Amino acid sequence: MASASQTLAAGPGGRRAGSALGQLARRPEAGSFLGMVAVFAFFAVFAGQVFLSPAGFASWLNVAAEIGIVALPVGLLMIAGELDLSVGAVIPAASLTVAVISGHYGLPESVGILAALGVGMAVGAANGFLVTRTEVPSLIVSIGMMFAVMGLTLGFSVLLTGSTSTGIVPSETSKFLLGQFIGGMFQVTIFWWILIAAVFAYVLHVSPFGNWIYALGGDRVSARNAGIPTERLTIQLFMMSGFCAAFVGVSQAMVYQSAQVAGGQSFIFNSIMCTVIGGVLLTGGFGSIVGVVFGTITFAVVNQGIYFTSFDPNLGSVIIGALLLLAVIMNDTFRQLALSYTKKKG
Amino acid sequence: MTQPVLELRNVNKSFGPIDVLHDINLTVKAGEVLCLLGDNGAGKSTLIKTLAGVHKPTTGEIWMDGEQVSFEKPKDAADRGIATVHQFGGTFPLMSIGRSFFVGVEPVKKIGPFKIFDRKTANETAVKAVQEFGITRIDDGDRLIGGLSGGERQSLAIARAVHFGARVLILDEPTAALGVKQSSHVLRIILEARKRGLAVIFITHQVTHAMAVGDHFAVLIRGAVAANFMRGEKTREEITDLMAGGEALASLDTELEGYMETHEGHPPQPVA
Repeated sequence: MASASQTLAAGPGGRRAGSALGQLARRPEAGSFLGMVAVFAFFAVFAGQVFLSPAGFASWLNVAAEIGIVALPVGLLMIAGELDLSVGAVIPAASLTVAVISGHYGLPESVGILAALGVGMAVGAANGFLVTRTEVPSLIVSIGMMFAVMGLTLGFSVLLTGSTSTGIVPSETSKFLLGQFIGGMFQVTIFWWILIAAVFAYVLHVSPFGNWIYALGGDRVSARNAGIPTERLTIQLFMMSGFCAAFVGVSQAMVYQSAQVAGGQSFIFNSIMCTVIGGVLLTGGFGSIVGVVFGTITFAVVNQGIYFTSFDPNLGSVIIGALLLLAVIMNDTFRQLALSYTKKKG
Repeated sequence: MTQPVLELRNVNKSFGPIDVLHDINLTVKAGEVLCLLGDNGAGKSTLIKTLAGVHKPTTGEIWMDGEQVSFEKPKDAADRGIATVHQFGGTFPLMSIGRSFFVGVEPVKKIGPFKIFDRKTANETAVKAVQEFGITRIDDGDRLIGGLSGGERQSLAIARAVHFGARVLILDEPTAALGVKQSSHVLRIILEARKRGLAVIFITHQVTHAMAVGDHFAVLIRGAVAANFMRGEKTREEITDLMAGGEALASLDTELEGYMETHEGHPPQPVA
């Protein structure tokens, strides 16, 4: 890793090789990496050959990609000290928007897709605006927003199409970009997930923007006093999560070739679970993108891997619940390690 | 005569019907430490917030370098070179030294269209700035703020303010939560800041700490300046009595401190 070697070079000579390992252990994703490896090893043993075949990989990667695209901006928001539960309502809303506009009314798909992404960003902007103006906790604001968007989606769907579900026949381009299965099993969404993760990693860890996000989550008042446009940043982050949720909604419409009013609820807690397993501190100020990706993979492996084993699939939820608790405990330990670290002793 | 860097003229502040500050007149010059003493509730924090642009005075004027100023928001005061360091110093416990040092003013490298946070420069600058203040134990900019001792955090926060061109340094009870040794580090840094020509406003209720570094003292009682004097004009006992509103607490205070110094900073157990 480039950053690790840089620090080694900058430090005084004669450092022990163990310090590089110690440095890794102090990163926010240390716990989630171990968790991911453990869970993967567990299912590799108990789920057998199919789990390790390409089809096995595809089954959890497809799930991971959809949750992952939502978990990334939710994680960023959580690092900034906010929560967004409205993603669960934005996904079906965006799905239906594109299906109604391009499927029901037959307008060009580009219009439908843009409108759907627009809906997502508008919901995000409304969330951000309400949170910064009213100072009501974002948990409450986004729950309220979730119900409002759910109601509006149902209302408009019935009003415009007379039904709670609408079909759409995606064009070749849309299908190729958003709805195809590579090799017959890998959803193209996986590549979008990787791309979005790369963009977010740049934003959080490389660009100066990332520093603002950490500062915002650490102490909002001090961040504002330091000259960070905290309100604009909060609204932008909410818009980003609205956009990503809408993106998942659109790609679902393209994959399943229809959109329903219900659906998407599972994303609310699953996305938060992925970020917390990934080492993001629920109260903000600490976390990493790699961690969120690890957390998402862990979650998806348990979720899907259980079907490859001889265990009762309902056990999957029990494992995820236990994992969440374990992850938080482990992450607390690693964070203490990071805090107590001094170079002289280490 | 040198012009004061910061001057308050007849500043009053009320919140609704409650008057918090009455006719405050204070001046502080470059290279001078003004100690603001007062008991809890004497209006110290309101006064600091007024100086830092958080509150606007109800009436009265604030002057800087012989020019009247008005702060609409904390940023205005900061742009004028007024920096406030709070009791616990670094407020971002889970950020690294380098990152928190440059919050809001990140050093950036450009690679093509991409802006990149220059971690190496940030870390090196932060470590160098704090080491120049004599805190040589901080040598790795990747350490998290939350892992530093209270004194180190204060020192880092002061070094940061000085690095970004602060001319007036407001220190809000920097030694209140610290042990004897840690406090002496912070006091040394206050002297260093004075040597560099900063105007320092040091808020405290520990008279010993104030007397160790102060050039000029003001005692605040119930929102008014009860006494305003120079170094050497009053004894430690007189100051303590003033702060307590004239009650003879000085001897008790000396007794307590004597006890604490011999008992590693613990106050005596109350007699059951």
